[in-house]
Amino acid sequence: MSDSPVPANPAPPPQPAAAGGAPILSVRDLAIRFRTADGTVTAAADVGFDIRAGEIVGLVGESGSGKSQILMSLMGLLASNGHASGSAVFRGEEILNAPARRLDALRGASMSMIFQDPMTSLNPYLRVSTQLVEVLERHRGMTRAEAMAQALAIMESVRIPDAARRIRLYPHEFSGGMRQRVMIAMALLCRPALLLADEPTTALDVTVQAQILELIADLARSIGTAVLFVTHDLGVVARLCDRVIVLYGGRIMESGEATDIFGDPKHPYTRGLIDSTPRLDERSHGELRTIPGQPRAAQLAPMGCPFEPRCPHRVVRCRTERPAPQEAGLRQLACHEVRL
Amino acid sequence: MLRYVIRRCIGVIPTMFVLMTITFFMMRLSPGGPFSTNRKASAEIIANLNRHFHLDEPLWQQYLRYLWGVLQFDFGPSYKMRDYSVADLLIQGFPTSLKLGLAAILISTLVGVTLGTLAALRRNSWIDYGASTVGLVGIAVPNFVLGPLWQLLFGVMWGLLPVAGWGQSWTQMILPVVSLALPNIAYIVRLTRGSMIESIRSNHVRTARAKGLGERLAIWRHALIGGLLPVVAYLGPATAGIITGSIVVEKIFSVPGIGRYFVEAALNRDYTVVMGVTLLYGFLIILCNLFSDIVYGVLDPKVRYE
Repeated sequence: MSDSPVPANPAPPPQPAAAGGAPILSVRDLAIRFRTADGTVTAAADVGFDIRAGEIVGLVGESGSGKSQILMSLMGLLASNGHASGSAVFRGEEILNAPARRLDALRGASMSMIFQDPMTSLNPYLRVSTQLVEVLERHRGMTRAEAMAQALAIMESVRIPDAARRIRLYPHEFSGGMRQRVMIAMALLCRPALLLADEPTTALDVTVQAQILELIADLARSIGTAVLFVTHDLGVVARLCDRVIVLYGGRIMESGEATDIFGDPKHPYTRGLIDSTPRLDERSHGELRTIPGQPRAAQLAPMGCPFEPRCPHRVVRCRTERPAPQEAGLRQLACHEVRL
Repeated sequence: MLRYVIRRCIGVIPTMFVLMTITFFMMRLSPGGPFSTNRKASAEIIANLNRHFHLDEPLWQQYLRYLWGVLQFDFGPSYKMRDYSVADLLIQGFPTSLKLGLAAILISTLVGVTLGTLAALRRNSWIDYGASTVGLVGIAVPNFVLGPLWQLLFGVMWGLLPVAGWGQSWTQMILPVVSLALPNIAYIVRLTRGSMIESIRSNHVRTARAKGLGERLAIWRHALIGGLLPVVAYLGPATAGIITGSIVVEKIFSVPGIGRYFVEAALNRDYTVVMGVTLLYGFLIILCNLFSDIVYGVLDPKVRYE
C-alpha cells in the first residue's frame, strides 16, 4: 500500500539527501485516472518521488506504463477526461490541480517541458523567433528587442549553426534534430528550476539522439536545472541520470541511484529490463532477450503487484497483496520476494 | 509571390478559352433555338431572324465569329431581350448581385467563424448545440422555404422590414442578404467547429499551454490560424458562387440581379446570354480561387508559390 497515510502534508524525503539540498519537487500518492467509455482507467497510482535541485532523474518503463501521463499531470496538461489526485509540491507550492492562472505563471518560467515529437510541437505558422520571444515577453516582461537578443543567445547555446539567420525561419525549414534543439532552447529560455523531458529523442534519427541528450544534460547542469527524463532507453539513463525510477503498470517498482540500480538491480522487472538491453560488447550473437508476456492493460487495476503475470519469481500472494515499499538509504523497492 | 500571381493570371486565358469552347458546343447540342418557341412567327420570319443573327451558318463559322467578338469584348446581342446586348444586361444586373453577394459572404464569414470557434471552445455546451442547430437548419431547409417565411414574419405579420424590392432603402437588403447568407453560415460553422477542435488539440497548441501563455494567447495566436485555413479554402469558390447571384433569392425578393439569367437564358436558348453569364461566372471563380490561394499562402508558410 502507499507509504504514507497522510497524503497532503509534504513529508520530508525518506533520507537526508546525499545529493544535498531540499527537494524542489515532492510527489506523493500521485494517481492519474481517465474516464473512458469503458469505465475508469488508472494510468498511475501510488507514485511518490523527490527531485532535488540540479538533479537528473530518469523515469523508466515500457510504453503504457504511465510515465508520460505523470509529466502531463505535473504540467497541468492532462487530457480533459483525465484527473490527477494526490500531491505534487513544487518549491513549496502545490501544483497538482492548481488554478490555471497560477500554473501559467510557473509553466515556461520555472518549470518547462520538452515533448516527444519535435515535428509537431512547434507552431508551423509562426516564425521560430516569434515562438521564442513570446515566452520572454510573457514571463520576463521584456521588450521585443531584449527578448530577441536573449532568444538569439539561447539559439546559439543549443548549438544551432547560423542562428541569427535561422531564428527568422519557420519550423518546417528545420530538420527534426534542429527542431528539438529549438524546443530545448524554448524550454530553457527562462532558466527553469525543473525541466520535464518526455522521451525527447524517440522521434529523432539515431545519429542525433546522443547529441540531443548530451545537450540537455550539459545545459541543465550548467544552469542548475533539475531534469526529469522520461524514457524507455536504459542506455540513456545509465549515461546521464543521477537517479532512476522504474515504473511498471503505473506503479513504482524500484528506485535509487543510477549506479546502484545498474550495478545491482533488485526487482525482477528491473533485472528483466537490463537483461533485455542489447550490449555492443557482448560477444555472443544470440537472440535478443525479452521479458515474456505483454504489459498489463491498465484498466485491470490488479490488487497485487502489476508485474505478477510476467514475473519469473512470483508467488501466490503477489497476485492478491500489493508489496509494501522497502527502503534503504535512497533506494526503494516494491517486491515480496526480493529483499533490499 | 508576384511571379506566381502573374503566372496564375496568364493561366486564366487558356482556362477561359476551354470553358468558352465547351459551353458553346454543349449548348448547341440541345434541341431548338432562340426563336423556335415563337409560335406567331412564320417559318419565313424565323429563317430571316436566323440569317440576321448568323445562326444559319455552319457551327464552326459561328464559333469563330463569336470568338472574334469576345476578343474585342463584344459578347453579342441578346436574342430574347431585343435592344439589349449581353454586356448591357450584365452591366445592369451584376452590380446588384455583387452588392447582395458581398454583403452575404461577409456576414456568413463573420457569423460562421465566430459561432464555429465558440462551439469548438465550449464543446457540448448550449452554444455548441445552438450553433449545430443553426448549421443543421441552414443546410437542410432550402431558401425557397425560408425566404417566403421571412417575408411572412418580418414583412407581413410584424411589418418590420420591406417584403421585397431593391434600391429604395437599405432595409430592403436585410432579408435577401440573410436568406443568401444562412446556408453559408451553416456550412462555415460546421467547417470552423471541426477544424478548430482539431487545432485546439494539436501538439503545438499544447506547447503554447506548456509555455504558460494562457488559454487566450494559446487560442488566438496558436490555434486560430490552423483552424481557419479550411475556411479560407472554402471561401474562394463560395464567394464566386454567391456574388453571381441566386435565382431563388433574387426572384423571391424581386432583386434585379443576374441570377435569373442563368436559368431563363438556358431555357430560352438565348445562346449569347448563356455564354456571357458562364464566362463571367468562370472568370470570378478563377479570380476568387486565386485570391483565396494567396491568403492561404500568406497564412501557411509551408505553402510556397514558386
